[in-house]
Amino acid sequence: MSVLIYILVMALTTYLIRVIPFAAVRGKIRSRFINSVLYYIPYAVLSAMTFPAIFFATGDVVTSAVGTVIALLMAYFDLPLIAVALGSAAGAFLTDLIIRTVF
Amino acid sequence: MKKDFTRGMRHGIPIMLGYLSVSFGFGILAIQKNLSILAAVGISVTNLTSAGQVAGVGVIAAGGSLIEMILCQIVINLRYSLMSLSLSQKLDSSFTLPHRLIAAYGVTDEIFALASTQPEPLKPAYMYGLIFTPFIGWSAGTLLGATAGNLLPTSVTTAMSLMLYGMFIAIIIPPAKKSRRILFVILLSASFSVLLKFLLPMIGDGFAVIIAALVSSMIAAALFPVEEKEASE
Repeated sequence: MSVLIYILVMALTTYLIRVIPFAAVRGKIRSRFINSVLYYIPYAVLSAMTFPAIFFATGDVVTSAVGTVIALLMAYFDLPLIAVALGSAAGAFLTDLIIRTVF
Repeated sequence: MKKDFTRGMRHGIPIMLGYLSVSFGFGILAIQKNLSILAAVGISVTNLTSAGQVAGVGVIAAGGSLIEMILCQIVINLRYSLMSLSLSQKLDSSFTLPHRLIAAYGVTDEIFALASTQPEPLKPAYMYGLIFTPFIGWSAGTLLGATAGNLLPTSVTTAMSLMLYGMFIAIIIPPAKKSRRILFVILLSASFSVLLKFLLPMIGDGFAVIIAALVSSMIAAALFPVEEKEASE
């Protein structure tokens, strides 16, 4: 089968998943419960995506854990997104370097 | 209008940098699976999603059926429906149907994260800017990975895979410091996600995120319902 067909089917499926709720839900939802759920969803989704996946991100639990702790600390002190992202990667990189040189 | 677009673009820069590294890895992977450079970039340009693309390339490489491709994308990407629903409540009145049809293309984990935590209703120009810079990063990173993937040492590329998670943490921690109930939902959702991953690994990462996020948000909504005013903030 042509790769092009696969790509088109893949793109269309992904687009429909995104567009249906976005275009169909035009009005404001009135239910207090649903609004509360939607208020919490962003934090819940990001948290579930981050944990436990972040501990396996580099393929090594130790370097990933160091990167995670650095990210948590930097985020706690309200540092900008890009600084936290780079700091966490740099921490993992340096830990890997230290482990390789020392052991 | 133009100001909204540039503000969106500026907000999208951290996402763009994170995407550069992640899509770089995707570019390398696609070439390893015998796809052409054009196909790799084509997938990134039309899909703008990480896990779904990796799984999709797997289906293509294995010569799977189109039904398999569709099911695989639905399972992995269903969380976008949840995000789109949540964002639909945050759109400015200038967000007409044509704008919704275009902007829906750019609902990714990271773009959603930034858009949903903006203090004011979302305008189309802002969303287009917020999608534009990450889109460039995602496409360019794929092209670079597909053409020059083997030039960077693996110690650098593996460390870079932490960047997007680092950004997620930077988004959720500051509001959690100010609000106990946000901290509650974050801890609850992370716990469910960890439990599902280790106790029920067969349900897969895509479904695990949806279940963990929905259940914990519903518990938080039942215990700590938000006022109408706060919900629209």
